Amino acid sequence: MEERLTRNAARNIFYGSTAVCLTIFVALVAQSHWYMVNSSTAKSPLTESVAEGKRIWTERACANCHTILGEGSYFAPELGNVWLRYGGDTDAQAARDGLKGWFQAQPSGVEGRRQMPQFHLSDQEMDEVIDFLKWTSEINTQSWPPNLAG
Amino acid sequence: MKYQSQSVALYYFYGALVLFLVQVSAGLLAGTVYILPNLLSETVPFSIIKMVHTNALIVWLLMGFMGSTFYLLPEEAERELYSAKLALGQFWLFMIGALAAVVGYLFGIHDGDKFLEQPVPIKLAIVVVCLMFLFNCTMTMIKGRRTAIANILMLGLWFAVLLFLFAFVTPSNIAIDKLYRWWVVHLWVEATWELILAAILAFLMIKMTGVDREVIDKWLYIVISLTLISGLIGTGHHYFWIGAPAYWQWLGSIFSALEIVPPFALVIFCFSMVWRGRRDHPNQAALLWALGCSVLTFFGAGVWGFLHTLSPINYYTHGTQITVSHGHLAFYGAYVMVNIAMFTYALPYLLGRHPFNQRINMWGFWVTSSAVVFMTVTLTFAGVVQVQLQRVMGQSYMEVQDQLVLFYQMRLGAGIFVVLGTILILYSLMAVPKRAAVQPA
Ligand code: HEC
Ligand code: HEM
Ligand code: HEM
Ligand SMILES: [Fe+2]
Repeated sequence: MEERLTRNAARNIFYGSTAVCLTIFVALVAQSHWYMVNSSTAKSPLTESVAEGKRIWTERACANCHTILGEGSYFAPELGNVWLRYGGDTDAQAARDGLKGWFQAQPSGVEGRRQMPQFHLSDQEMDEVIDFLKWTSEINTQSWPPNLAG
Repeated sequence: MKYQSQSVALYYFYGALVLFLVQVSAGLLAGTVYILPNLLSETVPFSIIKMVHTNALIVWLLMGFMGSTFYLLPEEAERELYSAKLALGQFWLFMIGALAAVVGYLFGIHDGDKFLEQPVPIKLAIVVVCLMFLFNCTMTMIKGRRTAIANILMLGLWFAVLLFLFAFVTPSNIAIDKLYRWWVVHLWVEATWELILAAILAFLMIKMTGVDREVIDKWLYIVISLTLISGLIGTGHHYFWIGAPAYWQWLGSIFSALEIVPPFALVIFCFSMVWRGRRDHPNQAALLWALGCSVLTFFGAGVWGFLHTLSPINYYTHGTQITVSHGHLAFYGAYVMVNIAMFTYALPYLLGRHPFNQRINMWGFWVTSSAVVFMTVTLTFAGVVQVQLQRVMGQSYMEVQDQLVLFYQMRLGAGIFVVLGTILILYSLMAVPKRAAVQPA
């Protein structure tokens, strides 16, 4: 190999293959972007409230304990489908009340149990976060997670 | 040390080592909270501790890369750095920015995208630091000798910084947000940083084995071609379940499965260079780190990455302790070890001494590496049990976690040894014995 392949040839292979793969990758991501905006996340409109909920989600770094769609941290339950776990698809009001009750009851203070902080969210902020979680649960994720446990 | 301006690397190496200790200590604390969950929960919650752990990691690795570049570039370009003053100013800006970020985290000032939690002003400061760095290095390079190693190193660094600009993209659509987060996270560790890693290892191989540059360059190009052919489209292994099109299950699985090839090539490369070169380099500790780096990159990135990269498997393992186990061995094996290899190699030259404290350094190597491997294995078992109980049988998350306590205790035990090993490494590199022989000029 070493006799046949010169250094310049090796360099050209590198630049050539990288350019090809990069082009394919960027094109596919552009197509994916379009698909995600118009199809997989388009079940419900992305309202002001959902956007605000996402902002709170980021600002409070919920993903530094939780996963969402399987990404984040592994210290607390998956939240991409928590809306469904709370039965939001059958009784939306009960799920909303249940989640609000959850936020207000933290930290549980139970000895030896992992704690979630009290974030002092206003009623409106809780609604926004819940709208965001509901919206996220409607994304077409190729049927991940395998079950309600997340 | 052949060029005066190389000495700025000292600041970067010492700064990186201090942050290394901060990083593993925060990790140890996070691991303790897993066992004692009420600890600090009202003052410094787990989320903040983890943020400090991962951000300190990223920052010290980058600082190490920058220091390594400042050391390596003058020797490759055969001239002084464009501006040593600029490099020094950049160091302090970076260090102060990093400390400001950590203090900010403790007071709850942060964003929330994983690994990219830095608030916007800190992100901007990072960009300024990077531009200072790239300007300085690029000017050095274009005025000096052009080598393959320097070219590839700079290519990796330039693209790493360009990709960081995607950290500013935080759309309200969380799926789109994730789509581009991987342009930073994946395209850093599995593309651009691998160019940096390969270039630094190639530099160390030239210096320590004396093998001909022509041969090394050829290997280098082969390794990085394989890296980018598999790694660019391989980003698809993060696009399985976030709302992206289904074709990523095929593309992501196939291309990322090929990602095991470049780390394997890296192992063959390093060992065959050492085999055919001379084996009398006085710095055996640096050689140990360089070879160890190639091996644990192969296991951490290659084997532990392959373990969960095929979409039918990732469907069950996605976002479990399997991910954490892989994250630890891959980051340690590749980027921690390449940095320590470079520090171990360069510090004696920078200080004008013969290699010193080699025994302690090698103890640090074995203690830290075995402990990280043990931690990885522990977390892998935790992950397998978690997958079975939660993903297959459908038990609730918290119920399952209660059954993983034993694994978390063993992780903590291993973590104590990681921190002890880190202290050995720091001591061996920073406590220069007064009697260490002076290197002839
Ligand atoms: C410091 C870590 C931490 C942070 C930060 C955190 N959580 Fe939690 N969260 C937990 C833990 C631990 C639990 C499980 C507690 C239990 O079961 O007793 C939990 C549970 C939940 C649950 C109930 C899940 C279920 O399946 O029953 C919801 C909803 C939730 N968190 C939402 C949030 C939101 C929204 C944020 C950000 C505003 C957030 N969490 C931030 C630790 C955290
Ligand atoms: C050199 C050593 C280390 C490296 C390179 C490292 C790297 C990392 C990385 C990359 C992550 C993010 C993983 C992911 O989210 O997938 C992480 C998280 C974590 N690390 Fe470490 N780490 C090191 C040492 C330690 C030690 C000594 C401990 C403690 C025993 C520790 C405990 C943790 C914990 C608890 C998390 C959070 C996992 C979660 O989200 O639940 N780490 N570390
Ligand atoms: C040195 C190189 C690598 C490093 C440092 C690294 C590190 C990491 C980290 C930290 C994560 C968690 C990311 C997050 O959730 O934000 C991750 C995820 C992942 N890595 Fe790697 N990795 C490397 C190489 C590889 C390779 C070569 C493969 C495949 C062969 C691979 C396969 C995966 C997969 C499939 C995931 C997703 C896990 C999940 O679904 O939860 N990695 N990696
Ligand atoms: Fe990846």
